[in-house]
Amino acid sequence: MLLRHTTSEIKERSALTINPAKTCQPIGAMYAALGIHRCLPHSHGSQGCCAYHRSTLTRHYKEPVMASTSSFTEGSAVFGGQSNLLQAIHNIFSIYEPDVIAIHTTCLSETIGDDIPQIIATARDKKYIPDGRYVIHANTPSYVGSHVTGFSNMVKGMVTYFAEPGTQTKTINIIPGWVEPSDMREIKRICYMMGIEIILFPDTSDVLDCPQTGRFEFYPKGGTTIEELKAAGRSRMTLALGRSASVAAARELDSKCKVACEVMELPIGLRATDQFVDTLRRVARVEVPTLLEDERGRLMDMMTDMHQYFAGRRVALWGDPDQLVSLTEFLVDLDMRPVYIVTGTPGKKFLSRIEKALRGKVPEAKVQEGPCSDMFLLHQWIKQEKVDLLIGNTYGKYISRDEDIPLLRYGFPILDRIGHSYFPSVGYVGAMRLLEKILGLLMDRQDRDAPEESFELVM
Amino acid sequence: MSEILEKRKKQIRRKGAGPYEMTCEKHSLAGAVSQRACVFCGSRVVLYPIADALHLIHGPVGCAAYTWDIRGALSSGPQLHRRSFTTDLREQDVIHGGEKKLYQCLKELIAYYRPKAVFVYSTCIVGVIGDDVEAVCRQVSRETGLTVISVASEGFKGTKKDGYRAACRALSELVGTGDISSISPFSLNILGDFNIAGETWAIREYYRRMGIEVVSTITGDGRVEDIRRAHGARLNVVQCSGSMVHLAREMKEKYGIPYIHVSYFGLQDMSKALYDVAEFFQDAAAMQKARRLVREEIDRVLPELMRIRTDVQGKKAGIYTGGAFKAFSLVASLRMLGIRTAFVGSQTGSPDDYKRLEEFCDPGTIIVDDANTMELVRFSQETEIDLLIGGVKERPVAYKLGIGFCDHNHERKISLAGFEGMLHFAQEVHASVMSPVWKLIDRKNINVGNA
Ligand code: SF4
Ligand code: SF4
Repeated sequence: MLLRHTTSEIKERSALTINPAKTCQPIGAMYAALGIHRCLPHSHGSQGCCAYHRSTLTRHYKEPVMASTSSFTEGSAVFGGQSNLLQAIHNIFSIYEPDVIAIHTTCLSETIGDDIPQIIATARDKKYIPDGRYVIHANTPSYVGSHVTGFSNMVKGMVTYFAEPGTQTKTINIIPGWVEPSDMREIKRICYMMGIEIILFPDTSDVLDCPQTGRFEFYPKGGTTIEELKAAGRSRMTLALGRSASVAAARELDSKCKVACEVMELPIGLRATDQFVDTLRRVARVEVPTLLEDERGRLMDMMTDMHQYFAGRRVALWGDPDQLVSLTEFLVDLDMRPVYIVTGTPGKKFLSRIEKALRGKVPEAKVQEGPCSDMFLLHQWIKQEKVDLLIGNTYGKYISRDEDIPLLRYGFPILDRIGHSYFPSVGYVGAMRLLEKILGLLMDRQDRDAPEESFELVM
Repeated sequence: MSEILEKRKKQIRRKGAGPYEMTCEKHSLAGAVSQRACVFCGSRVVLYPIADALHLIHGPVGCAAYTWDIRGALSSGPQLHRRSFTTDLREQDVIHGGEKKLYQCLKELIAYYRPKAVFVYSTCIVGVIGDDVEAVCRQVSRETGLTVISVASEGFKGTKKDGYRAACRALSELVGTGDISSISPFSLNILGDFNIAGETWAIREYYRRMGIEVVSTITGDGRVEDIRRAHGARLNVVQCSGSMVHLAREMKEKYGIPYIHVSYFGLQDMSKALYDVAEFFQDAAAMQKARRLVREEIDRVLPELMRIRTDVQGKKAGIYTGGAFKAFSLVASLRMLGIRTAFVGSQTGSPDDYKRLEEFCDPGTIIVDDANTMELVRFSQETEIDLLIGGVKERPVAYKLGIGFCDHNHERKISLAGFEGMLHFAQEVHASVMSPVWKLIDRKNINVGNA
């Protein structure tokens, strides 16, 4: 078998990463940048990184992903990438005509120390940037943090470059975190139902889940507009969903434009969605509409109908910190036991957030973040004591196969299924979808394992 | 959409338009939405299928994460190559150098997995911080008795093609180190076939039926011990113009082993490959067997191919491949199905490739080097193709345009090589081009969009 080399004996590792549970910063920055209307992400480094990031995003979202590259050569590695980037900016505006170029660095350009703001300033002096067009940037060295960090840095960059202070409006900013386009759509729908005016950034809905029209739009219709990004500096407040991905931008808005922020977990599952809706209600001073209350009621109804099947089921989870925290809380509410939780994204706060989500109900839980927190470690834990369900990205399919444990594909990237980016997992509706999927997996498994005499029609 | 940039003009050509003149092998324009990859990518592609070796990527996590098991190069035995090992360099390592970490990783991994050999890939950053990877490999080699090979694949040092060269250099450290006493005089190595969906197995079987021993299949279902003995073969059969020709050349110089270029795609090219091999050995029996094999196989697939042809003939296709070599076979295969090729693009064609393509294609065919997405979209619409053949990043673009698609790159899931492969190809083309979904899209309003 594929992973038969994995043994249950935990070997102390000092350096090695095997089967990482994260990837590098630039891909997160690229994803975030795609959430700006008419923005072309630009990778400042060699061609390879950009090609890999585009391929991975393409495989996950099944959509064309456009991004340009500085195409470093040996010369750029020695003398710096300034001339490449200047030429790139000039070429991009004349060929692809974006409204914004969002530059992110790569390991290479970070290490040789290119000063991006200075290069952008030079490009402006040279009149390479047409009037009314913009170039923004984020530093995304991959040897720091993970893809989530890159996302966070680029969203912060949006604030740094665009947000303008001014007379306060009644609008509320929402920074959705790294979620699917469908999740961003769902957040907008909830706010629309509540009658709240929001600025959502970034917003990849209608960029990476475009309707098929028989046309190829180099810049699809979705994405947060520049006007909105500017106006974000005048909003009444900001809701930052998910600490790892969204707090940096929210803080920046606060210090730059004095827009107060509230940080909360991603609205995945009942409690977190409640908190989200309640906060919206409070800060926008609106009533929660019956339609939304009914959605909650239907979710509750599903949870009660299903609870008998979930009790005590052991779950292993891996992926991005924000998702893991909310999912853990939801699973605990379902009386399931999230026993192993792993993220490759480093961040000490993660442990206390998970602890809070576990609410002392799963004392046997093992949680790890940062270096050596990889799929290999997770697999070893599972070998020591099995679980009933795996929840995480595609890379879990090896463990799923080897240990014969059902896998709920969730998170980034999902490379072997289609459709995940069309259905939300946030909000009450998203939680209902998660429930349906989880129970479906457990029961399919039960059917498959049942001996003839206990195979039942009604379950 | 803006006009194709002046600078790109010489990389695009329409057959029949004036005397032949075309440039390629240029670096992509800075700022281009290029489909190209890096040196590391090229090395990884070639060496990946060596299934009982350990592949350690020395660099930050991304380079390893993006290449983790993304290729369907199947192994009939060990699966060690499908795991993702990385030194996951952190900021401290970048500042202080990553040699110690590399050394430690190698020692731990070797102790744990006891692989047959180890390849250590250098990524961009390693080139910049200046780790002496060679020295670390040598030291670990000495201490463990294993062959630990450094692959100089820093991404910025060129294109994917340069990565092929680096991989070949690494391979030549293995070749020539095994015992060759028992190898038959009728023997060959299969180079440049990646065993996607089991293609190498099929080719291997053809050679077996011709009475020829296959010593090694380096880039598909590869094994370290076989590669060590590769110099015992009498012939190198190289598919794909770019990836393995360096090794073949080197083996010719060093061991006097001649090589021939073949393609395993399409009935014509596949048959020719077998005949060329038989001819090389100047063995009447082998030639007779090859003839019989070709006849049997073609008899088997032809009726179905002809049936498919009646449905799809008259359709038009666009081709976008990595190397240009495959393009010939594709143009021929499509021709056999009655499908005309409207344009052919490649990432890394050589001057010779394009010259030959020009000769090979129908008048009016557009030939383009290092094509980018906008050009592909534009050509697709101008020529009103029904089918695009390309790779990962092209699939959703084709679908958005309402055009059928066939993956002829490493993401294909069905074998397209060999006689059976031609049938699979035709079936896939048929399934995509004839799908009723395209009829459901309103294609009246086609234009290029807002770019
Ligand atoms: S960092 Fe360099 S080696 Fe790695 S993917 Fe990018 S270009 Fe290739
Ligand atoms: S880790 Fe660095 S070098 Fe590798 S793909 Fe990511 S940005 Fe590129």
